[in-house]
Amino acid sequence: MTRLLRLLAACLFALLPAAAMAQDTDDLSEIQALLQEHREIIEKSSRRTIGPAIDAIAASGLPAAQDVLERWQAREMWQRTDDGLFFFTEEAGEDANGEDLLTLFDIATGEEVGTVLEDDMDQLKPNSGIRAMMGAALVRFQLTDPNDRVRNRALTAIERDAQDSHLATLRSVIAEETNPAIAARMARLERLLTIRFGEDDAERIEAIESFSGDLGVDLRATLNPLVQTELRVAEGEAPEGEDVARVLRPGSEALSKADAYTLLVREELAPPLISGDDQKAALVANIIDGQVAGIQVADLNTDDARDLAYAELVRQGAVEAAATEDEIDEIIDGYAFYEVYTATSPEVVAAALGALRSIDTKVAVNQFLDLTLDALSLASIYFLAAIGLAITFGVMRVINMAHGEFIMMGAYTGYVVQQIIPNYTASIAVAIPLAFVVTFAAGVAMERLVIRWLYHRPLETLLATFGISIALQQLAKNIFGTQARPLTSPDWLGGALVFNDVVSISYIRVAIFVLALIFLGVFLFIMNRTRVGLEVRAVTQNPRMAASMGINPDKINMLTFGLGSGIAGIAGVAIGLYAQVTSELGQGYIVQSFMTVVVGGVGNIWGTLLGATLIGFLQKFIEWFNPSNTLAAQTYMIIFIIIFIQFRPRGLIALKGRAAEA
Amino acid sequence: MSKFTKALLGATAAAAFASHASAQDVACPIKVGVLHSLSGTMAISETTLKDTMLMLVEQQNAKGGVLGCELEAVVVDPASDWPLFAEKARELLTVHEVDVMFGNWTSVSRKSVLPVIEELNGLLFYPVQYEGEESSKNVFYTGAAPNQQAIPAVDYFLEELGVEKFALLGTDYVYPRTTNNILESYLQDKGIAAEDIFVNYTPFGHSDWATIVADVKELAADGSQVGVISTINGDANVGFYKELAAAGIDAADIPVVAFSVGEEELSGLDTSNLVGHLAAWNYFMSADTDANEEFIAAWHEFIGDDSRVTNDPMEAHYIGFNMWVNAVEAAGTTDVDAVRENMWGQEFPNLTGGTAVMGVNHHLSKPVLIGEILADGQFDIISETDPVPGDAWTDFLPESAVLVSDWKDLECGMYNTETETCVQIESNY
Amino acid sequence: MTATTTNPAFGPGRRKPFVMRNPSVLVFLACLAIFTVGVTILSEGFGIGVISTSFIKTLGKTLCLCLIAVAMDVVWGYTGILSLGHFAFFGLGGYAIGMWLMYERTRLIVAESMSNAALPPTPEEISSGIATQIFGVVGASEFPPIWAFAHSLPLQLLAVVLVPGLLALVFGWLAFRSRVTGVYLSILTQAMTLALSLYLFQNDSGLRGNNGLSGLQNLPGVTASQDIVSMWFLWASAFALGAGYLLCAWVVSGKFGSVIRGIRDDEARVRFLGYSVEGYKLFVFTFTAVIAGIAGALYYPQAGIINPAEIAPIASIYLAVWVAIGGRGRLYGAVIGAAFVSLVSTYFTGGQAPSINLGFYTINWVDWWLILLGLTFVLVTLFFPKGIGGLFDLITDRRSPDRHGADLGPDQGALREKEAEE
Repeated sequence: MTRLLRLLAACLFALLPAAAMAQDTDDLSEIQALLQEHREIIEKSSRRTIGPAIDAIAASGLPAAQDVLERWQAREMWQRTDDGLFFFTEEAGEDANGEDLLTLFDIATGEEVGTVLEDDMDQLKPNSGIRAMMGAALVRFQLTDPNDRVRNRALTAIERDAQDSHLATLRSVIAEETNPAIAARMARLERLLTIRFGEDDAERIEAIESFSGDLGVDLRATLNPLVQTELRVAEGEAPEGEDVARVLRPGSEALSKADAYTLLVREELAPPLISGDDQKAALVANIIDGQVAGIQVADLNTDDARDLAYAELVRQGAVEAAATEDEIDEIIDGYAFYEVYTATSPEVVAAALGALRSIDTKVAVNQFLDLTLDALSLASIYFLAAIGLAITFGVMRVINMAHGEFIMMGAYTGYVVQQIIPNYTASIAVAIPLAFVVTFAAGVAMERLVIRWLYHRPLETLLATFGISIALQQLAKNIFGTQARPLTSPDWLGGALVFNDVVSISYIRVAIFVLALIFLGVFLFIMNRTRVGLEVRAVTQNPRMAASMGINPDKINMLTFGLGSGIAGIAGVAIGLYAQVTSELGQGYIVQSFMTVVVGGVGNIWGTLLGATLIGFLQKFIEWFNPSNTLAAQTYMIIFIIIFIQFRPRGLIALKGRAAEA
Repeated sequence: MSKFTKALLGATAAAAFASHASAQDVACPIKVGVLHSLSGTMAISETTLKDTMLMLVEQQNAKGGVLGCELEAVVVDPASDWPLFAEKARELLTVHEVDVMFGNWTSVSRKSVLPVIEELNGLLFYPVQYEGEESSKNVFYTGAAPNQQAIPAVDYFLEELGVEKFALLGTDYVYPRTTNNILESYLQDKGIAAEDIFVNYTPFGHSDWATIVADVKELAADGSQVGVISTINGDANVGFYKELAAAGIDAADIPVVAFSVGEEELSGLDTSNLVGHLAAWNYFMSADTDANEEFIAAWHEFIGDDSRVTNDPMEAHYIGFNMWVNAVEAAGTTDVDAVRENMWGQEFPNLTGGTAVMGVNHHLSKPVLIGEILADGQFDIISETDPVPGDAWTDFLPESAVLVSDWKDLECGMYNTETETCVQIESNY
Repeated sequence: MTATTTNPAFGPGRRKPFVMRNPSVLVFLACLAIFTVGVTILSEGFGIGVISTSFIKTLGKTLCLCLIAVAMDVVWGYTGILSLGHFAFFGLGGYAIGMWLMYERTRLIVAESMSNAALPPTPEEISSGIATQIFGVVGASEFPPIWAFAHSLPLQLLAVVLVPGLLALVFGWLAFRSRVTGVYLSILTQAMTLALSLYLFQNDSGLRGNNGLSGLQNLPGVTASQDIVSMWFLWASAFALGAGYLLCAWVVSGKFGSVIRGIRDDEARVRFLGYSVEGYKLFVFTFTAVIAGIAGALYYPQAGIINPAEIAPIASIYLAVWVAIGGRGRLYGAVIGAAFVSLVSTYFTGGQAPSINLGFYTINWVDWWLILLGLTFVLVTLFFPKGIGGLFDLITDRRSPDRHGADLGPDQGALREKEAEE
């Protein structure tokens, strides 16, 4: 069998080149000839140079043009190495030697031509810049396509790379559009294109005004170029006129004196400055007998001495004078610096400015909303991470440094489940209860084996649980490695809840927020409405009295600890879904979680909620003040918390009365 | 580990015979120090390189060793602890008396061992892309300098994708800081205004990316094409790409080019939403050459796992090790100074095709590849430059533009061309 | 080199000399002296070369770790404050000395390279040359304000003491004043450490961010080889440990010692007796922070590099681990714990420890050491709260008195000497 195949393959290879050779240039299909004509730039495949090839194909009017562009864009077009002809291809498995094969199709007719070794072909790999150009060129074909998806794709192509020809094309098809969603999209695009490419000002201004109240990024991206300015300089006073945006004062924040002077030099209105290096070079060039202008070289070790020597050289006429600080000011004072709008039509500029102004305030408000949403999301993550701790630390007063590792354990449980159950939705549905079970068991084991012997030795509990924490972390490393493991959310949790182009939040964060609320509810229900909750509260307040009332404090402590740990496990699955699953996952949350509990007030779930909210908002707003450095935000936040605790050592919500003494 | 032990035992046993046969001026066995973290945070990246070195040593021994001597790998574990790197380097050089060392990943670990190596005149091959601004007499840099990774990637953004506004996102440590400084200065040279460059630094392992991604999205509001240059390190990339995908940012709208994301990093991610985003390296596993195929096959056989990926620093070790072998053969000795002189101008074929050349500034000349992320976690190579010689001192920062490194003629790693003096022979750490 | 050993005239003279009342101090100092002399004889630099220089450095660093462990013991084992921030003070000491080392070495290099220029360099040129060399790696070329005193060794040496001392004073004052105690204080100190290390991680902090200060083993202007220099540091570390031990032993003895132990066992009662508990705690906290700073200043020139990772909260927790394993409330326990755990750690993570082949699985110590350490720690806490020091009690036949179930105070592990001798 294999022999037969090999024979077949050998025949094929023997035949193919011959077939290729037989194709004379005259026999080439028109589209192939066109491609061959532009072969060089197609092979070069650079956005800078490929334009003529794409334009030629698009404008050729050949029936195959659309197909060629589309499949080229999709990287389905290959080039044969030996003769440079282009083909569409499909994978055709492997030959007897394990080499990959390709089936070739003619680009003009789509007919199968034969099968070749993949090694004999080169794939054309247009980069995304070129693909966008192809998309733009394809618009004229695709806008009338019966398929909704294709028309949508064409509209996306216009959004990415709009050309003035698109406006006419779009207007010609807009009336015939039947799909309402696409029609709305077309209408919006048509107005945006009108602003950019519209023929007369009235039309453009009308389009601008039609957008009132919209804060889409695409609209702002269309308007902002209209109000671009250019810095200019004029002798004396700045000219008056509608196109002057503003007059700048040198030395202000918008225009430093140095920049102003540089501009003057560039416009050849002022002599260039002499830099320190130039001055040095001039001095070195004028060293005579170990002296410069009568000053010993050895004494030229301060800037003042050098300036003096240079001034002396100027006096001697050996070098040209350099402008001094005062002279620079004087020169600058003689000129006015102003910005002008680069757009041609003042009316359009005015309309765009008006529209942008109203958008700007709206954008600011919405950005604030977005930040608030982010802060809320961060707060819910902190709350989720801390809620287990609020139970073990807040209720039982047990410091559990391994809490972070329980979070990690939950996340890894999610990962393992996903390895076994490939369906993301099902795997998450299994992972959440399983994570609870796993960490509940781990928590109970830890309580039984370690913590219960240390109830009166809190500092030692801290250290013993820390020992467990490093052991668990290393164990996770040994099992899963230190590389992050994928924990992927199901598709229905992908994407974001978009309110507008500024305010949006990913669904996974919404889910975490909801989860945090559910936990809050569950916690409140268990503590306030169930028998177990009553017993937990009793044991917390006075274990001996509780025991004499028939409650088994051992059992209650075990259950409470298990519950706290189990919740940490579920939190782990949630955190793993939006961030990375590593063995150090928990470590990042442990200090933060303790802070959350301590700031909020130990022993009170509302305090924890408040603490998480405070910390989440604080961090986001510090970030907002210093957007380029997230690390600084974290530092300042911790310092703030340290100071905060000085003034409210018992947290935001302090327990009062007897409960506080427990 | 058992494989490693066996390899070691084999090497020592064979070396015992070889040492009698050798007539040359070398002490058999020739010892190759491997200074990679096997525990701690860097273990996953560096353990792979340790295994690569063991594989290369094994292969070389199968070919008959070097100068008639067997090679013996001496592996130590600096445990991702930077001061420990210096201690272990000293141990390798003085206790084990190795002839050459291959190792380090992070810049800070390299800075930690530099003084020790220079003091004891050792030889180190450093395989990872780094921030440049360094050229030590005793180190050969087989990873990319900024002009071999960052600059070509930015050129690609400017020319091929028409990017007009840049977001430089990085983890807050020296490599992103220096690289971004160089890029800022380079971009301004290219006419990008300072306000069109958004820079942000985040801590290691950062996970809260929502605000930053929103900021990047907002950059497009003035109608410019926005591109992201990411020097985000390690795990933090997972959260970043997840947030990008959730925000619906398509590679065609806002492309991201990453300098620290390779095949290994992508294995922690579902890449289906990242298709089309870019990475710049000197090597991709998907490179279609015979040498690469052979290398991957040998790697899979050595490690016993067909799912393991290869990456850029592995190729760097592959080139560095083979160049060292050739230089030792040419010098006829393992003496550091003799080998160093023979390293200059050494040539060796890249796994991606073409030939790497070692320059007198101790940096390699290599082609730069740009790859698009595919759904299977591999990269599709869409651009490959001609070989670019590594530049120890970048031309795009005023302080270092005047500096050159030439260990052959100027005998100086930090030579000021303006004052025509050697600033220093030893490195600034 | 070991002047400490011949320094019995320490302590109040009227009663029996201090060291006579505390024979364990004498024993310790004698052991330290023998160790130092022994190492010197076996060293490469001054002796027969049995111990390699890299191991000398390890030993020297271990002595510094012992010193900070002694400080930790005073603050935890004697005063009952579980501080998870002492490694921050250690690191600050290292940074303070590192700034001078780095500045001075770079200054020499820059001065050398500028000396053959056509014009003599101006002070500004020299300063900017040094700054470019030091901060070029983090993309800056100007000195941040905190480097204002880096040019002066005396001032930076003062900073070794003052910076950790002041931070401890301010932090301690704030914390103790608002009566933050027990685990809350531990968490707060941990937060302080985290804040400091996050701050130093930033490149804007002016201390070279993640890269930290490096090349510290090269003393400016010293041409002696590392074989010699490492011995100097070993001696200095041994001296500092001896002096620090003596000082701590003196502090924890006598009335002051009784008060701080009283605070450990029942803070409220001591307060009701009229003592200023906050004052005592603040003194101990600050005093030990200064010792930690000095230990750090000796440690990092031997390590060669200091960076923010050294200050991470986990380091301070390890410190507590050493003291707990060695035995709290006895200074020699801290020394034993620090030396034992850090040397064993080095052994296991160094890759020299032989792997154990179980047939179905090979135990690789690099991977399993941390697990072993973590579990050991749990076991020690549960079953041997007195740590290794407890073994000495067996030898000297000291037994804890039976208190008939009454509470011993929050820290069972700590040695209660007076009670034990009942």
